[in-house]
Amino acid sequence: MTGQMSPEHAPDGTGHQPVEMNDADGQPIGHGLPALPPDEPIKNPGLPVHTWRPTDVDPAMEKRAERQIAALFGLSAVCGVLFVVAYFNVGENETVIGLGAQTVALGSSLGGALLLIGIGIIQWARKLMADHEIVEMRHPARSSDEDREATLAQLSQGAEESGIGRRPLVRNSLLGAVTVLLAPAVVLFRDLGPTNAQVTEAGDYPGAGLEHTVWDRGVRVVRDVVGTPIRPSDLEIGDLVNAEPETIFAVDEDGEPLLEGVPLQVAKSKGAVVLTRMDPADNTPGEGREDWDVDGILCYSKICTHVGCPISLNERKTQHLLCPCHQSTFDLADSAKVIFGPAARALPQLPLMVDEEGYLVAQSDFREPVGPSYWERDSDASTTEIE
Amino acid sequence: MSIDTSKVADSNTTAATAKKPNRAGAAATWADDRLGLATMMKKNLRKVFPDHWSFMLGEVALWSFVVLLLSGVFLTFWYVPSMGEVHYEGSYDPLRGVEMSEAYASSLKLSFDVRGGLLMRQMHHWAAMLFIAAMMIHLLRVFFTGAHRKPRELNWVIGCLLLLLGTLEGFTGYSLPDDLLSGTGIRAADGFLKASPVVGSYMSFFLFGGEFPGDAIIPRFYTIHVLLIPGLLLALITAHMLLLVYHKHTQWPGPGRTEHNVVGYPMLPVYAAKAGGFFFIVFGVTALMGGLLSINPVWLFGPYDPSKVTAGSQPDWYMGWPDGLLRIMPGWESHIFGHTISWNVMVPILLVPPLMLTILILLPFLESWITGDKRDHHLLQRPRNAPTRTAVMVSLMTFYGLSWAAGGNDLIAITFDLSINQITYFMRVAVFLGPALAFIITKRWCISLQRKDEEVLLHGYETGIIMRSPEGGYSERHLPISEARAFTMTARDRDPDLAELQSGEDGVDANGLEPKRSPLAGIRRRLQTTMYADNIQKPTAEELEAAHHHAEHEHELQAAMEGVSADGHQFDGHHLVEEETLRGDH
Repeated sequence: MTGQMSPEHAPDGTGHQPVEMNDADGQPIGHGLPALPPDEPIKNPGLPVHTWRPTDVDPAMEKRAERQIAALFGLSAVCGVLFVVAYFNVGENETVIGLGAQTVALGSSLGGALLLIGIGIIQWARKLMADHEIVEMRHPARSSDEDREATLAQLSQGAEESGIGRRPLVRNSLLGAVTVLLAPAVVLFRDLGPTNAQVTEAGDYPGAGLEHTVWDRGVRVVRDVVGTPIRPSDLEIGDLVNAEPETIFAVDEDGEPLLEGVPLQVAKSKGAVVLTRMDPADNTPGEGREDWDVDGILCYSKICTHVGCPISLNERKTQHLLCPCHQSTFDLADSAKVIFGPAARALPQLPLMVDEEGYLVAQSDFREPVGPSYWERDSDASTTEIE
Repeated sequence: MSIDTSKVADSNTTAATAKKPNRAGAAATWADDRLGLATMMKKNLRKVFPDHWSFMLGEVALWSFVVLLLSGVFLTFWYVPSMGEVHYEGSYDPLRGVEMSEAYASSLKLSFDVRGGLLMRQMHHWAAMLFIAAMMIHLLRVFFTGAHRKPRELNWVIGCLLLLLGTLEGFTGYSLPDDLLSGTGIRAADGFLKASPVVGSYMSFFLFGGEFPGDAIIPRFYTIHVLLIPGLLLALITAHMLLLVYHKHTQWPGPGRTEHNVVGYPMLPVYAAKAGGFFFIVFGVTALMGGLLSINPVWLFGPYDPSKVTAGSQPDWYMGWPDGLLRIMPGWESHIFGHTISWNVMVPILLVPPLMLTILILLPFLESWITGDKRDHHLLQRPRNAPTRTAVMVSLMTFYGLSWAAGGNDLIAITFDLSINQITYFMRVAVFLGPALAFIITKRWCISLQRKDEEVLLHGYETGIIMRSPEGGYSERHLPISEARAFTMTARDRDPDLAELQSGEDGVDANGLEPKRSPLAGIRRRLQTTMYADNIQKPTAEELEAAHHHAEHEHELQAAMEGVSADGHQFDGHHLVEEETLRGDH
C-alpha cells in the first residue's frame, strides 16, 4: 500500500479503509482538506515500525498478565461482597476517622469493586489485546457537490409542488397563525405567580408586598429564636441583638400561631432586624431621625440592600456591620450608611419607642422598602416621612 | 508493511474460527432482519480513535455525567421536593423537633436513615464537581490545541452550552436540600432577578410563585433539575458525540499522521475496552470520594430560615467567579424618575457572565474571521505554535481566576490576616491589569518556546559534553534530534505571509484608485498583524540543510579531538572506561 488513495474511495460515505500507510504524503482527498504545502522541510517518515510487547513474544509474560487481570477482577468481586456485608452489618451510628463508618465502608468497598474492574479491563487492553495502530482515511465534513445539487433540487421540487412560493396567502396566513400560537404558550405561564402589585393589593397577610413589612406602630421588638420582648435596660453599650417583630411569634386565643407557612417565611424574610446600643454621643442621627432611637438604642433592617443576605457580623468597637455574603459594610452610628463594599444604599432604619410596659416597640413600619433594589423602587423618595 | 509473526506468541494469534450457527447467531440474525444492524455497525465497530492522555478529559466529563444520572435516580426515591413544614423526628439528634421543610427533612433522612444514602448524596455532589471541572479543562485542551477550528466550530458551541447548562444544573441541584446555605444562595438569586431592569420584580414573583421565599421554588427547581436540564444535557451530549464520530477525532502530528488520515486503535476491542474501563475508574473514584470525603454536610447548616445566615457563605466553586465580581463591584446605583437601576448587581451578574459566555462561543468564529483560514484542520497544534490564541485564553483564564479568588476575599483575609478592604481594592484593579499582563507574558513565552524549537531543529540538542578547542575555547556539543521528532516539530502550518495576505485589499485597483476600506476591514488587518506578529516560522528545507551542513563541518573539526580528550575527560560517563587509565604519571 503506497498510501496513494484514489479520490473515489474516501468520500463514498464508508470512508473506512484501514490501511497501513508508509508514505503518508498522500494527495488531498476530496474537498475541504488543505493541500500539503510544497516546502515541508522534513518528509513524513511514515508510521513507526510496530514493536512487540513482552506479552506478545513471551508466553510466560502473557500467562502472568492473564493471571494479574483475573486477580484484579477477583478482588473486585471480593469488594462487591464486602459492600453487601457492610450494608447489613456496619451500624449507622458508628464513626471512623470522624466520618460515618457505614458511609466509609460502603464507599470504599464500592469504589474498590469499580476501580478494580476498570483497572483490570484497561490492563487487559494494554497487555493482551492486539496493539496494532491502524489508519483510517478522513473524509471532508461537507457533502459532495453532486449531493448538494441533488438536495437543492429536491428542496426546490418540494417547494414547487407545495406551491409555497406561489401561494403567499396560504404561506403568510400559516406563518401568522403559528406566530399567534406563541401567545397561548406565553400566556399559559401567567399563573406562575402574582405580581408585586397584586400581592400588595390583595394584602392576604400582614406586610404583603415589597414596600411593606409586618412592622407597625406598637409592634414589639423581640429576641429572635425565643421571642422575648426587650427593655432598654437589657442592652449594654456595644451590644448587638438579632431581633424579630413580635408578630411572628404571636398566637391567637387558641394558642395557634397567627402567621404560618408562607406568610411566616415572608414576614421573617423582611422583618428581621438588628438592635444595637451605643453611647448617644457617638450616634449621628439622620435628618428627621432624631427621635428614632431610645437612649442610644437603634434598630436597622437586617436584610442587606445589596442582594438580600441577612447581615450578622458586628464590629463592636467601630459600630460597623458587615454582610457575610459580599462584605458590604454599614456604619450603624451614621444611619447605617454604606462605608465599604458593593451595596449602594443604607440599611433602612426602624423608628423605635417604648410602650407603656417599658418594652421596645416600633413607631411605625419601615419608611422605605427593605432588601435589595428593584426597578420600581423609588429610591429618591424620602426615607423618613410616613407615606 | 509486513508483520514479523515469528515472534508472536501462538495463543495470541489464533484466528477466530467460524462457529456453527448458535443461539447468539440466531438472535443476531433475528435482530438484523428487522433493524439492519450489520450495515450500521460495520462502519463503526473498527472506527479508529487516536490516543493521547489529554483526550481523556472529555471522557471524565461524560462518565461523571453517567454517574450523576445513576446516583441522581437513587436520590429521587427518597427526596421529597416540598416546602411543606414538618417537625423533624428522624435519627439526627440535634435537629429533632425542629420545624423544617419536607425537602430538608428528606435530605436528612437520606443522610442518616437510608443506608448508602449519604454515600449517594456525596457521590452525586462530587460527580457534579468533577463533571463541571472536567468540562472546563476539556474546553481548555480543545482551545489550546486548536481543535475548535473548522469543521468543529459547532461542536465547540455545543460544548459551551453544556458548560452553561451544567452550571445551572449544579446551582438548582445544591439548592434542593433547602438548608440554610442553599437558601441563602436562592435568596441572592432572588436579588439578582430583582435587579433586572423593568421586569425584575415580575421575574422574581413568577419564579417564586409570589413573594420570596414562597413555597414553590423547591418543587420548581426540582423539575428543572431532574427533567428539564438533564433532558437538554442528554440531547446536547448526544449531538456532541455524534459530531465527534462524524468528524473523527483530531490527532497530534507525528510520523505517519497527516491531515487526511487518523491513526490509532480500533474502537473494538482496544478503544472500547479502554473507554469502558475508564468509566469504571471514574465511577470508582467518585465512590471513594463519596465514601471518604465529606461534602455539603447539610445537617450542620440547619434548615433554611430567611432571617439567618452563616459567616463565610459561599456558593459551589463553579459559581464563585460571578460571586467574586459581585464582591468587588463598587456600590453603584442610579435613581432615575422613581426607578432604581442597580449597576452593582447588573454588571457582575447579568452582564459580564453572559458576555463572557458569548465571547467563549464566538472564539472559533473570531479566529477564523481574523486569520481568514477557511480550511479543515484535523492535526492539533501545540499551544506555543499559536501564541496569540494561547495568550487570549490565558488572559481569559486570568480574568476567571482573579474573579474566582475575589469570591473568596473573606477567606483570604482571614487565612492570611489581611485587610478585606485592601484585597477588594487590589482585585478591582487586578481584574483589568492581570489579563493584560497575562496576555503579554504568555505570548512572549510561546515565542521563546518557538525559538527553542527552532534552535533544536537547526542545531540539535545539547548533549552536555563540553569540548575544548586547541585554542582553549569551550563549546557544548550538539547532536541532531531523531528524524521522527524533527518531523513532528515541523509538522505545522507556516503562518501566512501578511504582506501577501493583505496585498489584495491594499493595492490600487485598475483605475489607480485606492479601494475603499470599511472600518471593519481595518480592524481585521490590525488584528491579523497582531495575531502573527513576531511568531517564529519553522525552518525551510534550505535552512535546515545549511544548518546540518554547518554541524557536519563542526563535527569534522571536532573529530580530530575525538578520543584525545583532555586528561580525565575520558571519564565523562559517555564512554566505556574499562581499559582507560589516566595519562602521565599521576
